[in-house]
Amino acid sequence: MALKFVPFMWQFGEVILAVALAPLFAGWIGQCRAWMQNRSAPPLTQQYRMLRKLFKKDVALAENASRLYRTAPYVLFATMVLVAAITPSVVTDLPFAHAADAIALIGLFATARVFQALAAMDIGTSFGTLGARREMMVGFLAEPAILMVFFNAFLLFDSTALTSLVDNYSTHPSVIDPSVIFAAIAFVMVLLAENARIPIDNPATHLELTMIHEAMVLEYSARHLALVEWASSLKLFNYVCIGIALFLPWGIAIHGANLIAILIALAALSVKLAFCGAVLALIESLSAKLRIFRAPEFLAMAFLIAVLGLLVHLLLGANTNA
Amino acid sequence: MLRSHLDLEFAKLLAAAMLLLSFVMLSTRRTQQLITLFAWQGTILFLSTVLVAHDAGVTELYFSAALTLILKVITLPLVLHFLIRRLGAQWDNEPLVNIPVTMLVGLVLVIFAFGLAQPISILATTIMRHTIGIALSVILLSFLMMITRRKAVTQVIGFLAMENGLFLAATSATYGMPMVIELGIALDLLVAVFILGIFFFQIREQFDSLDLHHLESLREE
Repeated sequence: MALKFVPFMWQFGEVILAVALAPLFAGWIGQCRAWMQNRSAPPLTQQYRMLRKLFKKDVALAENASRLYRTAPYVLFATMVLVAAITPSVVTDLPFAHAADAIALIGLFATARVFQALAAMDIGTSFGTLGARREMMVGFLAEPAILMVFFNAFLLFDSTALTSLVDNYSTHPSVIDPSVIFAAIAFVMVLLAENARIPIDNPATHLELTMIHEAMVLEYSARHLALVEWASSLKLFNYVCIGIALFLPWGIAIHGANLIAILIALAALSVKLAFCGAVLALIESLSAKLRIFRAPEFLAMAFLIAVLGLLVHLLLGANTNA
Repeated sequence: MLRSHLDLEFAKLLAAAMLLLSFVMLSTRRTQQLITLFAWQGTILFLSTVLVAHDAGVTELYFSAALTLILKVITLPLVLHFLIRRLGAQWDNEPLVNIPVTMLVGLVLVIFAFGLAQPISILATTIMRHTIGIALSVILLSFLMMITRRKAVTQVIGFLAMENGLFLAATSATYGMPMVIELGIALDLLVAVFILGIFFFQIREQFDSLDLHHLESLREE
């Protein structure tokens, strides 16, 4: 009887870990960026301090704010926590993961996006509407690309559930398939676009001509803003965890692992997260922000690379068997 | 025939990288970046030729690999860099029409090339036989690049990239072409680039630009 609850324990542990670590990860990226750009870095705990400050403040609401506007931050946060529950980051034996496969996961991200966009338009300021429109444009171009990335993985490892994908992958003896590299490049491009990182959006400015994500959350304050910020750092964390699960799953504790394997998986995860954060910061430091009208081009490229990966897998792989 | 599984994986990886580079070249606006990408394509070609030579134990292929390295990775990019510097065109940006559509056309070309290569690769016996499709698509994509570009320099790069694709096709379908032919092609390429370089200067002198659509009207002004 007691054994039955052990996976649930890991499940909750993983969710709490994700929620707690997400601001730290965002802080780590900020720190790496500051180092690379020769600025003095903010402390790693900067995000936590900001969240604490925001939670202490009183909410200032616009007069015409509807209930949708007030509930949207909670919906956002809850969706991201749910995604964290489905994504295998430390263990793959996740009871919640049966609730949704990778395609439903994209649906969850879309739900969060719709709520954020609606809430941004709710007050009726021009900035909110502008940001919402841009976000929807980026979103609808990014979704097919990420679907293609997932299809790549589905084809390779014969499953649509993230957990069994990882199970299959980490026990797979083969060396890297070329299609995985295509998929990884496409995934990184989508990750940058979806999380409002530099080639598409600059998270550090409030310049009205360019901002997307910031324009949407401009009206939020205090605990609502804190939840929105926390949700967006959790979204980034989730995306990176999905990327790690799909492309660098080695070291993860697979089905029926014991405590030691889980400790190893934790260590592996922190190393991989540190590495991915540094790489993201490097990409952001090296690239310039694209004009908003170039964003479709960028995302079309991501889609194309993912489709190429599929093609290469189908055509090169099929030939091998012949 | 196939010496090891690892060699095959590497061959596939290199071919995939070649395909990716072709697409990146198709979407690049800056001339200078394009030359760098061309040099990278040459490097991958060199590596895959060395791989085939190593796997099949054909000494002749090492020579053609060395030829690739000297000509396509070092000499031609240097010459091109020199040319665009002399032409003052190193910061040139090309207005490309509708990159997503070009990409989709490229995708269709890749599917077509794979379909075309299927019967050939069944007949071939080399380890690289799976990559004939990729070699064909590199050729077609370079064609597409030559069609969509308007500047003289970039069209020449497209031409050179096409030759890269042909070379890849030759090494993957059979173990390379005979040495004499390869030397001939290498010399042709070199001479072609020099002559085209002279053309560049002439075109610029005549029209004050390297845009080839000036050449389309025959009427004297």
